[in-house]
Amino acid sequence: MPPREGTYGLLAEFETPGDLIRAARQARQDGWRRLDAYSPYPLEEAAEAIGFTRNKVPLLTLIGGLMGGVAMFSLETWISTLAFPINVAGRPTYSWPAFLVPAYEWTILWAGLSAAYGMLALCGLPELYHPLFNAPNFRDGASTDKFFLCLEALDPKFDLLESKKYLEEFAPVSVVEVEY
Amino acid sequence: MATSEVKVDERRIDPATGEYRVIAPGQSFLSVTEKITRIVLTPHTPLGWFAIFGIAGAGTTMLLVALVWLFLKGVGIWAISQPVAWGFAIINFVWWIGIGHAGTLISAILLLFKQGWRNSINRFAEAMTIFAVVCAAMFPLIHVGRPWLGYWLLPLPLTMQVWPQFRSPLMWDTFAVSTYATISVVFWYLGMVPDFGTMRDRAQTRLSQYFYGMLSLGWRGSVRHWARYETASLLLAGLATPLVLSVHTVISFDFAVAVLPGWHTTIFPPYFVAGAIYSGFAMVLTLAIPLRKFYHLENLVTDRHIDNCGKVMLATGFIVCYGYGMEAFMAWYSADHWEAFTFWNRAFGPMGWSYWVLITCNLAIPLTTLWSRRLRTNMLFMFILSIIVNTGMWFERFVIIVTSLYRDFLPSSWGTYRATKWDYMTYFGTVALFTFLFLLFVRFLPMIPMSEIRTMVPGAKIKPKVTAEAGD
Repeated sequence: MPPREGTYGLLAEFETPGDLIRAARQARQDGWRRLDAYSPYPLEEAAEAIGFTRNKVPLLTLIGGLMGGVAMFSLETWISTLAFPINVAGRPTYSWPAFLVPAYEWTILWAGLSAAYGMLALCGLPELYHPLFNAPNFRDGASTDKFFLCLEALDPKFDLLESKKYLEEFAPVSVVEVEY
Repeated sequence: MATSEVKVDERRIDPATGEYRVIAPGQSFLSVTEKITRIVLTPHTPLGWFAIFGIAGAGTTMLLVALVWLFLKGVGIWAISQPVAWGFAIINFVWWIGIGHAGTLISAILLLFKQGWRNSINRFAEAMTIFAVVCAAMFPLIHVGRPWLGYWLLPLPLTMQVWPQFRSPLMWDTFAVSTYATISVVFWYLGMVPDFGTMRDRAQTRLSQYFYGMLSLGWRGSVRHWARYETASLLLAGLATPLVLSVHTVISFDFAVAVLPGWHTTIFPPYFVAGAIYSGFAMVLTLAIPLRKFYHLENLVTDRHIDNCGKVMLATGFIVCYGYGMEAFMAWYSADHWEAFTFWNRAFGPMGWSYWVLITCNLAIPLTTLWSRRLRTNMLFMFILSIIVNTGMWFERFVIIVTSLYRDFLPSSWGTYRATKWDYMTYFGTVALFTFLFLLFVRFLPMIPMSEIRTMVPGAKIKPKVTAEAGD
């Protein structure tokens, strides 16, 4: 992707989570789609306010878990019946009850890894640089005690002056322009 | 016992619920963040930290010496022989893995049960899990005699065309413990990612900005990320719960699948899991009580936490008590001569003292005193008790392993067991290694999850009227 230039968006800072959610919900109702909210701790209501209610992490976890379980069980079956069949106290080579334990562990292992890596991949992390880090008040507050709403320039409704006025109606602490 | 009559400091009680507060009143997002980041970001390391770090470092060096000598001479330097072929190595393995279980219990099971009080202690409990698993996983590897062939445990396509034998509980162990270690590390690291973001933003020096910046993976607190993050945490908790129960169950299979009297019993899986949680909570207290005093964290790790840990120990202690009772009962009820002899020999044989140490440390002292709220919130008492319970749980594994093995079916093969100095050096060496790793953790990583504590600060929760207003 070529380096972008110009404005990334307008960033409004709020003191309380309630103010942020009120603003986010209103912006979403007014037709904004390219917007994001930032908070220093998980704020479920804010995600709902900007219309983010479902995510694909559970699906990835399910797929990963099933693959892990099937892979381990097949490996054990192949090893014990074809690759290296040995007679242990007369037990059948395909002793599936014993194979369940490692298959169970691998179901959990791959489900867990899929949940963790899937979550990071869906979030687009790791992403060490982001335009928002250019805003000093974002760096100071976003991970401590401040709440932010960002209207992004990619939204068709975006207009630097108009959108700034629009954000100021929510009585934020400040509205700053964020450059790429 | 009438707990309501006990006079306690009023400010520590939440008037709404009558319970101890989870965090002390008067906290804000900023105060919580500053309190926790300052411990790590300060350029001044407390002298006491260096003192303990020095001792732990010396102990870790002793462990290295013991290991080098072991690799040069072989497992013959330990006391293991026939008939007791599973000495300290397996005792310590089971003990350490058990200690780790409380970390996962606190971080996963209590999350699923929506126990908000866990938030202050879950991070270092998870760290405890990981370092305990590090110590535990070492023992089977060094116990195999030729540790450089440890990779034979893995199903690898080797040129000699030998594959592992999946009917053996020891193979199940390999997968249970490696999965447990991996998932614990992932869960722990993921939990720290938002806090690393905070550390990155608050770090003053270039080096720490880079260090925490890299670790934070560029976390910026977008609510979309938080939503996925919360889903992933919940899923990991849901996965870690059956995992943690399976790990000690699989370890108990190492014993229960064998036909040896004293091992061959169906009570082992639940009894091992309960014992693991019991000793793990004791270790949480052993770590939490000095930590909160040393770093002045009484506002975040409050009496409520210590009190609740005491209650969990009381409950799991009684499950363990039931396990001991069942062992004795089955020795009689099975009408099996060897079963009965093993139990009698355990309690009254030449090594009977170890059984009574275990009964005293695990049942007699904790299960009579933990009923009292006054004692559960007495820090000195709880600290001493936690050491007692951990000693008791170590002896439980000693009793299970040594007293079942040293007198088996044939009197002609009876023997005894007396640990050598190398056994003790390895054991105390891992205690030092655990302390060493834990000290590094408290110095360089945020030991209390800030993002989770923030959700408990007044003003963090959205009041319903705000939502109603926003709708109109």
